[in-house]
Amino acid sequence: MKAAIIVFPGTNRERDMALALHRATGRRPLMLWHAEAALPRGLDLAVLAGGFSYGDYLRCGAMAAHSPIMRAVREFAARGGHVLGVCNGFQILCEAGMLPGALLRNASLRFLSMDCHMRVERSDTAFTRRFPPGAVFRATMAHGDGNYFADTATLDRLEGEGLVALRYVTPAGEATPEANRNGAARNIAGIYSENLRVMGLMPHPENQVDPEIDGTDGLPLFQSLADSLVAA
Amino acid sequence: MKARVTVMPKAGVLDPEGKAIGRALAGLGFQGVDEVRAGKVFELDLAETDPAKARAVAEEMARKLLANTVIESFRVEVG
Repeated sequence: MKAAIIVFPGTNRERDMALALHRATGRRPLMLWHAEAALPRGLDLAVLAGGFSYGDYLRCGAMAAHSPIMRAVREFAARGGHVLGVCNGFQILCEAGMLPGALLRNASLRFLSMDCHMRVERSDTAFTRRFPPGAVFRATMAHGDGNYFADTATLDRLEGEGLVALRYVTPAGEATPEANRNGAARNIAGIYSENLRVMGLMPHPENQVDPEIDGTDGLPLFQSLADSLVAA
Repeated sequence: MKARVTVMPKAGVLDPEGKAIGRALAGLGFQGVDEVRAGKVFELDLAETDPAKARAVAEEMARKLLANTVIESFRVEVG
């Protein structure tokens, strides 16, 4: 699998993401600076990592969404390429119109830096096939603007078409208000594009990929991509 | 020509910032504030001299970048 991580000024989670991808695939991903106008040939996966691109000016992800490389990422996705956006990367995908909805300020107004649990809503996509059906896994969230919002019609469509990827749940797998720390609509932590090849999520699965550093809860997501895209 | 773009959270979109400001105003002793909505104002100095064209271009800027129309509405004033 050939993966590239897009690096914007203010991106700060690209090294953790690179470690996770390396661990799952055995290959180091490329790092691409935002001013590049094209993605490398033969790319399987483009990743938008976490951070505070452009200092969160205007709105989180708004400036990055209009940077030169995002045109190439949009074209890559339109050709059926796989794209993963984590945290600020999810915000960028929404601002770029590649995923529906928007990430509002956390309902509590507080920056949340803590672990959460997420339920895998379907385990038949390129991002989740290594998870058992209904799996619950732990990840770290670290965001001020992770409160997923979309209008009712869009939320109904996401649910109806199986495009909700992950929900905030209790460790036992229940989607309660208490488990939904940022106030996201319908406990939504992550969503897919219509073709299931673009995924955005707020928490950081790349934090948990090493048994000696906080466990490997997040590793199946990257292994899923490695399995799915190895032959692609 | 000057243009002013006011961007506000849409009706029905949670505005926790506005809510917090409202609570702070109550804490300062200001009575009778039913609701606070917090938004942004952009002042643009445009080379365009035709008011209709200036408005049109400012509206396009708002749609494409200044506002996220999923969650925000905007208003343009020129002159």
